[in-house]
This record gives sequence, C-alpha cells and structure tokens, in this order.
Amino acid sequence: MNAKTINIKVNGMPFFVHEGTTVLEAAKLVNVKIPTLCYHPDLPAWAACGICVVKVEGSPKMFRACSTPVEDGMSIITHDPEIVEVRRTVIELILSTHPNDCLQCLRNQNCELQRLAAEFGIREMPFEYNINRIPVDDSTTSLVLNPEKCVKCGRCVKVCQEMQNVWAIEFLGRGESTRIAPAGDVLLAESPCIKCGQCSAHCPVGAIYEKDETQKVWKALQDPTKHCVVQIAPAVRVALGEAFGLEPGTLVTNKAYAALRRLGFKGIFDTNFGADLTIMEEGSEFVERFVHGKGELPLITSCCPAWVDYLEKYYHDLIPLFSTAKSPQAMVGALSKTYYADKSGIDCKNIFMVSIMPCTAKKYEIVRSESMYSSGCQDIDVSITTRELSRMIKSAGIDFLSLPDEDADAPLGIYTGAGTIFGATGGVMEAALRTAYFLVTGQELKNVDLTDVRGIEGIKEARIRMAGKEVRVAVAHQMGNIEKVLDLVREAKAKGKELPWHFIEVMACRGGCIGGGGQPYGATDEIRKKRLAGIYKDDTLSKIRCSHQNPAIKQLYAEFLGKPLSHKSHELLHTKYTPRPLYTR
Amino acid sequence: MAFKNYVLVCGGTACQSSKSEEIYKNFISELEAAGIKEDVQVVKTGCFGFCEKGPIVKVLPDESFYVEVKPTDAKEIVAEHLVKGRQVKRLLYQGEETKKHAKVEDIAFYQKQFRIVLRNCGVINPEDINEYIARDGYAALEKVLFQMTPDEVIQELKVSGLRGRGGAGFPTWLKWNFTKQVNDSPKYIVCNADEGDPGAYMDRSTLEGDPHSILEAMTIAGKTIGSNKGYIYIRAEYPLAIHRLEVAIKQARELGLLGKDILGSGFDFDIEIRLGAGAFVCGEETALLASIEGERGMPKPRPPFPAVKGLWKKPTVINNVETWANIPVIILRGGAWFANIGTEKSKGTKVFALTGKIRNSGLVEVPMGTTLREIIYDIGGGIINGKKFKAVQTGGPSGGVITADYLDTPIDYENLQKLGSIMGSGGMIVMDEDDCMVDIAKFYLGFTVDESCGKCAPCRVGGRQLLNYLDKISKGKATRDDLAKMKQIGAAMKRASLCGLGQTAPNPVLSTLTYFEKEYLAHVDDRTCPAGKCKDLITYSILPEKCIGCGLCARRCPVSCITGEKRQPHVIDQSACIKCGECYSVCKFGAVMRK
Repeated sequence: MNAKTINIKVNGMPFFVHEGTTVLEAAKLVNVKIPTLCYHPDLPAWAACGICVVKVEGSPKMFRACSTPVEDGMSIITHDPEIVEVRRTVIELILSTHPNDCLQCLRNQNCELQRLAAEFGIREMPFEYNINRIPVDDSTTSLVLNPEKCVKCGRCVKVCQEMQNVWAIEFLGRGESTRIAPAGDVLLAESPCIKCGQCSAHCPVGAIYEKDETQKVWKALQDPTKHCVVQIAPAVRVALGEAFGLEPGTLVTNKAYAALRRLGFKGIFDTNFGADLTIMEEGSEFVERFVHGKGELPLITSCCPAWVDYLEKYYHDLIPLFSTAKSPQAMVGALSKTYYADKSGIDCKNIFMVSIMPCTAKKYEIVRSESMYSSGCQDIDVSITTRELSRMIKSAGIDFLSLPDEDADAPLGIYTGAGTIFGATGGVMEAALRTAYFLVTGQELKNVDLTDVRGIEGIKEARIRMAGKEVRVAVAHQMGNIEKVLDLVREAKAKGKELPWHFIEVMACRGGCIGGGGQPYGATDEIRKKRLAGIYKDDTLSKIRCSHQNPAIKQLYAEFLGKPLSHKSHELLHTKYTPRPLYTR
Repeated sequence: MAFKNYVLVCGGTACQSSKSEEIYKNFISELEAAGIKEDVQVVKTGCFGFCEKGPIVKVLPDESFYVEVKPTDAKEIVAEHLVKGRQVKRLLYQGEETKKHAKVEDIAFYQKQFRIVLRNCGVINPEDINEYIARDGYAALEKVLFQMTPDEVIQELKVSGLRGRGGAGFPTWLKWNFTKQVNDSPKYIVCNADEGDPGAYMDRSTLEGDPHSILEAMTIAGKTIGSNKGYIYIRAEYPLAIHRLEVAIKQARELGLLGKDILGSGFDFDIEIRLGAGAFVCGEETALLASIEGERGMPKPRPPFPAVKGLWKKPTVINNVETWANIPVIILRGGAWFANIGTEKSKGTKVFALTGKIRNSGLVEVPMGTTLREIIYDIGGGIINGKKFKAVQTGGPSGGVITADYLDTPIDYENLQKLGSIMGSGGMIVMDEDDCMVDIAKFYLGFTVDESCGKCAPCRVGGRQLLNYLDKISKGKATRDDLAKMKQIGAAMKRASLCGLGQTAPNPVLSTLTYFEKEYLAHVDDRTCPAGKCKDLITYSILPEKCIGCGLCARRCPVSCITGEKRQPHVIDQSACIKCGECYSVCKFGAVMRK
C-alpha cells in the first residue's frame, strides 16, 4: 500500500505518519502511551471505555485516540490536567461497578484494570459501589463467565463474533443492566460456544477465564496411590517463559520438563510425540483417500477441538471429510494408559494423566465422546492451560528461570521437528506433507521447509507434486477465516466441480495453538510472530524433522500398534464425529 | 370550491385520543341524516397544533374554529351551522382577553406562528395525495427532476442556511454535499423519525399531518446525491404516523412519484419503512443505522461519518423529519426567501412542543429568533393558575433549564447553547414555582439512565452515579462534597461519552446546579425542599385552628390516613402518609400545612 504521509504533532512534537494511522498508534510511534482499556490491537476500535480521550488543538471536544484517524496538520494533546482528570474519573466510575476483591481474583497482578488504577494512583474510591450481582456461568467444561467483574469493554463479544464467527455471546440488556451472555440468556454450555477461549485470552479483567483445575492436579500429585504422568503441548514451550518474564518465543522445553518433574510427575511425556503419531495416522489416511480413492476429499484436519466443535455445529454436512485421527493430546493420553501402562506394569486406573495445553477447548476434548475412554479409563484425567501451569509453578515455589535443562522420558517424550510445528498455523500441514510425500513416493522430501503454509496470513495455499500428481492444500486459522474455505468446498461439491484443495488444515485460534485461548495474556500479532519463530527454531534445531523417522514411533508400531490404520490404531487412535445443535435449549 | 362547506376534523394523535375519530364518523352520519352530504365534505386532517383545546373542528369557508368538541356536538353543528348557517357559539374559541369569538387568524396562539414545516397540518387530508398536490405538493420534486442540476439544489440549500433540526444543527447542504462527493455506491437516504424526547411530538405530528412532504423531500435528496433508496426509521409506538406513511407511499407509487422512472425522468427512487423498538439511543444516527441493519442499536465512533460510511458502510444522508419537511418549500420558494426568516446563523422556523405548566399547550412553529417570552406568554398564554414562571426546559433530556432572567433571549442554536441548554428536537417544558429543580433533574436523568445503551462507561456508570446523588439530595442525605462529585462526574460524561446521549445526559443536572444552586443547597444544608416536591423532606400537617372539620381531605386521601370527627379538627397519621399532597391541594381553608 502506498499510504500518503502526513504531518502531525503530538504534544508539540512534529513528525510524519502514514495517513489512516489512528491517534493512538501515532502517539505510540513517538513513545507516548495513551491509556486504554477496551482497545485491543486484534480488533477494530469499539470505542467503549472512554479512557483514551485526547484533545486536538482547535476543537472544543475530546476524541477517542483508539478510533480517531490522524489528519494532516493535526496537533494532538495527549496529557493535560483536564484530560487526566477525565480519564481518572472514568476509571473511578468503572471501579465503582467492579468488585473490590483483587486479592482473590485470578487476574491479580495480571489485570488491565488493576494496572490502570495503579498507574493513575487511585488510592480511594470516591463513589459508592454499585455492582450488578449476576450469577457465574460455569456450565462449560472450559470457561467461566463471571459477569460481576465484566467492564463491558466488548472485546469478548467482538472476538467471538468477528474474529471467530461463532456468535456464542452477545450484549444483553441495556444501560446499567448491560451484560455479556449467550443470546436468549441461555448458559454457555447450551450456546454455540466452541470453547476456543479467545474471549478469555482477550478479557482485560477476570470476567471470563479458563476453568481452573489446578486443584485436581494438586490433589492427584499428593495422592500416593496415583502415578501422575504429564504431557506438554508444542505451543506451551514458546509461551510459558512469558509468565516468568522471558521474551515471547523463548524455548523453555527443557525447563518445563524439569519444573513438571519437581511438581511431582513421574512420567514426563511430550504431546509432540503424539503429533508425530497423528501424522502417521492422518498422513496414511490422506494417502488412502488421495491415492487409493478410499474416502472423501478434501481431507480436513481434526486435531483442534474447538474446530471439531465448530464443524459439528455449523458444518456437520462436511463430517465425512474430517480426519478420524485423534488429536496428539488424545493419542498420548490413550497410549499412556495402554502402551505405557503395559510397559511400566501399572494399572491404568492408577495412572493420572495430566495434559498441559495452550488451549481451553482441550478441557472439553478429553470428555467429548466415548472414544476419549479408549484405554478403558478416562484417557486424560485433567487438561490444564499454560496459564494454569505457570500459576502452579509459581505457587510451588519453583524458581523457573534457574532450573536446569532436563529431558522428557522415553518413549512418549521423544519427538521430531515435525511434531513441534503442530503448534503453529500451517504446521500440521507441513508435517503431514513431509510424511505423506514419503508414504506416496517412497522417497524423502529434499527440502522439508514448506514455507508457503507458514505465517500469520489468515488463509494460505500451497501446491506440491507427489508421484506425478499435484496436491493442493489450504491452511486456515482464526475461526472466522474458515467460512470462505468451506463455502468453496461446499460449492465445488454441490456443482460437481474440481475440488479447490485436497487437504485442508484448520486451527481455531489466530496463529494456531501458539495463540491459543489458554496461553499467557497479552497475545498480539507481534507476540504471535515471536512465538511462531520459536516453534520453527525448535524444528530446525531438531535432528530429525519428519514424523515417520521418529525412532520411538517406529518402535511403537513395531511393538504395539502394528501399522498405521491398523485395527488397534483404530481402537485407540481414531474417533467419530456427530452433528450437534447450536442451541440445546 | 366544489363543496358548500368543508368540515376539518383534527386527526392528530392527541385529538384522536379525545375521540376525534368518533366526531368524524358522527359528522358523516349526521350530514347524511340531514340530507346535505353532497354539499359538505368532511376531512380528517393532521394536527392543528392547539392541542390544549382539542378536539378541534374547523368549518370552512367561514373559518369557524370549534374547540373541545365532543362526539355528540356533531349533531348540533350540522343542524345549526351547516343547515341553518348559524355558528354554534358555545363551541367557538374565545380569546382569553377579548372573550370574543375568534377566527383562526385572530387567535393569539396562532398569531406569532409562522408555518413552513406544519404548512399542511390541519389543512389537508393526509391520506389523500391529491390534497397535498393541490397545495403545490411534488412541485418541488418536479423542479428538481427537470429544471435543476444537483449542484443547484445544494446551492439553494446553502443559500437557505437550513441546519439540521434533530438537535446538533449541522448545515444540511454540507451533509448532502459530503455524501454527493463520495465516490461509492449505492448511496442511501434515511429519515430519522425516532423522536423520543419526553413531551416532544413535533415529528409525529408532521408525519401524521403531512407525510408526503417527507417522501417528496427524500426523493429530492435521492436525485441530488445519487441515491435510489430511502428508509424511514420510525418508532413502532407511532402507529398513526406509520399508517399514514404507508398510505402515502402507496399513493405516491400509484401516481409514479415513487418507484421506477419517476414522472418519466428516468430517475428511480423508493422508500421503505423500518420500525424501531423505541430505544431512545436509536435517534443517534450511528445507532439508528445499526438498528436498520438489524444490529443492536449502539452508537459507533465517528469518523467514519455516515456521509462517507453509513448504512451498510455506504454513503448515507440522514436527516430528521423536521429538516426534511423544510426542503420542498426551500426548493419552491428559494433559499433566499428562507434565509430571510430567522436570525443570522439560524434560518427558517422551529417547531416546538410546548407543554408543562402552560395555558395553551400544543405544537407551535415560530421563526428562529422569536424570544422565549413570546412563545410562553404570547403564544402559550402564560402559566396555568396564575402561578409564577420558574424555568423552561428545552432540548429534552439533553438540554437544560432556562430561567426568567433569560426569557428575552432570541431562540437560536447558539444562544440556547450559551445558556447551557440546546435547541434539541424541540421539546419545551414550562415549569412553575411548584416544580423542584432537583426533582426535574432526577426525572430527566432517570430517563437517560434507562435509555443508555450501556456501551460506554462514562454514560452507563456516570449516569447511574449522578442519579444516586440526586436521590440522596432529594432525601436530604447529601453533602456539599457530593455536589462537587456530581460536577466531576458530569464533566467526565460530557467529555468522554461516545455519543450525544451520554455527552448531553448531565446537562439537566449541571444546568439546574448552575441556575438553582440555592435550591440544591436548601436540600443539602437545610434538608428542605423549597418547592415542596421532595417527599422525604416535607410533612403535611393540619392546623387545628384553621380546620373546620369538613372532611374533604379525609375523603380524598388515597391511603385514608386522615381522621377526625365531623366539624372537629382532623389529624394526619404521619406513619401512613405517602405525601401525595392531595389534602394540601383540596383544602379550601388553608388548614393543611406543608413544611
């Protein structure tokens, strides 16, 4: 884009900016921080809170910096006594509707409202408290909606509707009774909610958050009859460090293993092993469909549980296109209570499997259907998010940054570079193609870096030739981008036209799992890109970068499963899908 | 005239609720019974404006102005006036001072009025397009279609100086011109008929009395800025206006004045009605547009302005009913003619809904620059029951109060703003010495707190906090510190609210605080309500020396808390008294004391 450059002033300092820049962005360019609450860089400015007001010389009004574009010659005043007084009053007004229980709040020390109050030096509440007492909605497996703490910034609604195209939540009521809830005032569990948790990742306060299950984990760890094992998802290793002050994207895999061991886990596994296994099953499935014509195309990935829920609700006519392979989490869960249980001679009833996920929907996945009990027990007992793990590490008094690097336990902790990139948008596709190429051609791909499917672009496409045939693939992430892709598939199928793609990867969250709803707060594209870079660094640092070359996977098939898509694989590693209504009430 | 007589029966909502429909039907049947239905035409018109005296029936050609007519009166008017040619004197309007029967032009209520917007109200049958056409209706459209270029139309508007009548007073020509210049299509024309100020019914009456003027104006705008589609957003609580609009649209389509190839000009334009659910905030243009689109009516930040990105993100001209009603007249008579009326910066006329403690409540249209005194005393006839004028509230919940000191201020946009009020859409509520300013502020703020959409924090939370403080004041529980906090909140709401609703919501509070600070301080420092309105601060008691024991107060008391023997002084049971003041107002002996 060739944006025109214009001349503006911020607090008397002249400089040039591109036309179309907002006042907020322009001020940031010259290191002037205008306070905000409802604004989030992922979303178009909704202009609700009124905290970012500024003055423009020559106008008697105040303007919202978040939504006001700069104009040539504009002279902006971001701070003066009157502006600060107005902002402070607005913050005090918001605080007057907010429960004064920061010490007990999950967002204590990590709350944008608390931070504002601190920055403005608010030491007393001038106004009377006036709090809407509305019951907490903890009906889903994954999320808790506490309307009492809601500041009506609207981020969750905009994320759910505009970014994710899910439309589970909406503003209800008006005036001071305005609240966030599913349409028709049903419970979240009765709504179209797909549990992606993007609402919780964007909430500035403690109004919507992951269902905290750390107590269940603590209890199991303290239970002498339980043999606690744990798996850690790919995206966790590039974000967990943020909770301890590290740069986003810093790889903390080996410190995380060490921390988990110190928390008391007996077996440290890696979901990346499951990712390699998913590639073997799903890659073989693709070969079956693409080469042998057994089953419908395009094959669509199914390792994202929020996406599975979305498809079952909004696109159930496309269920036959779904890969039946379970997600890496579910595969590690099933194997830990069968393969590992057999090997270590522990009854699956006594194994307590915990998964550490960047995701709130994974809490739903572990109970979503009977195939999640394939071992004869519940395959995964508890799934907690990166945020919950960071809190556990802190409360256990573990000095995370000083931990030595440790390794995971074999065999369920051995992974390849292909497994690790599952945490990034395009990663599943890239990993699958590396192996599918081998399965179709019998030869190894010369350059395993399939960069076309990488990056933050919402929809990506690539073509690759395998044994004389062209494979067309698409990658979509951030639920709101899926509609376009699936509508083209539907249209092609309805009209009997050539399929636009043979293989489609979908992840519900922007950037893939690295931007998951359970990741540390504050994700923006800037941070997502750093996390993505961390993931690809882990890939390039790996000695082995293709799933089918993972020795532990080879050993697993040799010792236990036989071959991909075997009877045993189907029993343990595959699942079924079922149409679900958008509203259950 | 084709008929010997015309009987104009007011068909506005106010008169209809006083049975004007029945009056209309009775005229038809009585004329038939008298055998003169061929000689007399009965017309159901729009509002005459003089609502205080409704239902109104006017007989032409002699301009007999019958007021407070009852359905049974139709028989007498037919028998006496229409058959025998003798006016029914007892029903004719009598001037306040002259006590003489008056013709319309002699009635003080109408004398200072100047009708542009209401030109056809009370004159034509709004459900007959031919009556509108007979009064130059659609001639302006014809002129725009065949004789004027779009730029000439905009030039004419510019010369006229017309400013938006919805409240903010933005120059109409500029709005049209912005939209015209945006290189995008399609473009839309929207009529904001979401009138919602308490006590205001200017737009409703215009739509009920002259719906075609709006359709014609919107079509003119469509031709001027290059739009083929218009929407009228009107609240569902206005069924009569909606019905008349529907009839008007149908008739206009039948005559080729709406739809494809209007009057053979090749220009297409059609209008759709969209009903609002009655949320006050939907009068705010971005919220209104969201509501038309089927979204929740919540304001959005501007820019982008509707002129650039409006309905469905397309360029949109949105004007309110009264603004639209001016357009055809400006086109026909010229911008210069219009600019001759009014003040330097505010041209033309303004319609006000004059209500409250005023003798002649009703709808008045006056040239800009008319003083409040002229409206209240000359047109409105002064205060009811000879009480003392205290203040007049303009601009509804967004406006403020104006005191006796400023009664001679010529009304225009700038002057009202200087006084801490606004022109608003035209509500004008007159208050007398019995009105408590804290109570008034509470009423308006209660309205905006109810009607806040809840989006932005200053309005949603600030409004509630202000209302709580007013409540404390009215209960005698507030401190001077609370008054300071109210000013702090009010300032933040004005500065940081997203839309006009929130930005102006504190006006009724801040302006009463400015002009009636003493009254507030009486509540705060002395715990008294000088006007005797705030129930928690007053007690009613009976003075034994004055009470003759007539028992009237005891009979009227709604909670039966007054007791006493016949011809003996009565007593009020304070624990049961609800302080309604009924005893105080019915006692003829001044025996009930309010303190």
